[in-house]
Amino acid sequence: MRTYWLTLLAMAVSSASLAAEIKMDDQSQLTQKAAKDAGENFFQPPQEKDLPANAYGELVQHGRAIFVDTQKYAAEYVGNGMNCTNCHLDQGRKANSAPLWGAYPMYPAYRKKNDKVNSYAERVQGCFQFSMNGKPPAADSHVINALTAYSYWLSTGAPTGQELPGRAYPEVPQPKGGFDIAKGKQIYAEQCAVCHGDNGQGQQAAGAYVFPPLWGKDSFNWGAGMHRINTAAAFIKESMPLGKGGSLSDEDAWHVAAYMNSHERPQDPRLVEGSVEKTRVRYHANDGVNLYGQEVGGVVLGQGIK
Amino acid sequence: MKLTHWPLAGVAALLLTMQAQAADGQKIYAQGGANPAAMACATCHGADAMGMASAGFPRLAGIAAGYTRKQLEDFRSGARSNPIMQPIAAALSDEEMDAVAAMLEARPAPVFASIGRAEKAEGVGPRLALRGAWERNIPECVACHGPAGVGVGESFPPLAGQSTQYLSAQLNAWRQGTRKNDPNDLMGHIARAMTDDEVQAVAEYFAGLEQKGGSQ
Repeated sequence: MRTYWLTLLAMAVSSASLAAEIKMDDQSQLTQKAAKDAGENFFQPPQEKDLPANAYGELVQHGRAIFVDTQKYAAEYVGNGMNCTNCHLDQGRKANSAPLWGAYPMYPAYRKKNDKVNSYAERVQGCFQFSMNGKPPAADSHVINALTAYSYWLSTGAPTGQELPGRAYPEVPQPKGGFDIAKGKQIYAEQCAVCHGDNGQGQQAAGAYVFPPLWGKDSFNWGAGMHRINTAAAFIKESMPLGKGGSLSDEDAWHVAAYMNSHERPQDPRLVEGSVEKTRVRYHANDGVNLYGQEVGGVVLGQGIK
Repeated sequence: MKLTHWPLAGVAALLLTMQAQAADGQKIYAQGGANPAAMACATCHGADAMGMASAGFPRLAGIAAGYTRKQLEDFRSGARSNPIMQPIAAALSDEEMDAVAAMLEARPAPVFASIGRAEKAEGVGPRLALRGAWERNIPECVACHGPAGVGVGESFPPLAGQSTQYLSAQLNAWRQGTRKNDPNDLMGHIARAMTDDEVQAVAEYFAGLEQKGGSQ
């Protein structure tokens, strides 16, 4: 009996310390029912001008500021050159671009895979650890409170617990012959390099990133959802080049996504016992299409870069 | 001479040294190119290269050399259609274009406070600049041209410090197809989605941004 309690105590301590490190362990892709539907009437978030001039309106506005300029307004939690709005276009309002009004009403969320219930705060903390390659703000911090208030406001009138159309990046079918990194490189040079740079390094003005880095030390890490080629292809097809979404073919979106994600980026913070292979088996083997721990051009990807 | 002018004098001296062996950008700018048809840039763009707002001649000072170089080539080829600039560009040699573009990049540009997507945006111009109109696939201007539209790299020129006349003329040129020298129609498709009122309002917005304590 005593051993039992000690074991339980040890488990509680170790899981508590793990939780402090990784806020949302399961970053694998959600199932998507909501496919793109042309002419669909998407949920309409409220207008900025209708925000009340009180403490609530101010908190929402601060959440919005963090969301669009995370580099500046949540700098201590950001470890790369990204802003939330780089992936969630139009300030997190745009349908088919992972809008906040599609995410917020789905939490707390149960994930069967690890039998855990994640709060919205944990979901956002996960963004900071993976997509922003940074540190998770505390659940009761101003940053999380403001981002939550902003998400709540954008969801005004949205039903809870229902998958709304437009909540994801619409899936793009994989090319029949698979993806082609060499073709992706050519598409990148023609369509992407003008903004994101010849080597995916992004571009800055006055010392701050304007165009986000797509790989390398200042980009999202190997644990971010965007490291999946299928997710990146879906995002790219819908929204890239900026303002010209839908202009690439499905195949080209896959090729260029594969090219982007065949480069080194910061390590997955869930790295298991320092082993890329163990990390691949636990977190990447069953998470969409990705190249973590795979050999590309004679090099095993997933080494991380600082 | 005020103390603050000394760094500029240093830059000028350096430029003079550099240009001793190549085409003289400063001379081309102030007096014209070897071919007399290549009129002095200063005639229309001003001795300080800050442009002539009332006539719609843009500021050139501080603009990335790669951008200016491309525009000169495009004026020459007609990809950017302009009856004044076409014969001038046609009369400049490649070497002269390089020299004048490099000289202009080194000229002090006006400095603006950083205004990005986080700032308040009331009215048509500020909303387009800082929020975009995504229902028509119009991104925030600052998403590509940088905070306060200060310009990014060689392909996204500054909007701040240009006149309403110049900015609206360019937007309208894209709408009408007389300017089509942007990479992959990135600007053209945006301009074509804009209304007359939006063109005017957003041009006024960027032209009206206040400089931060004068030139650098």
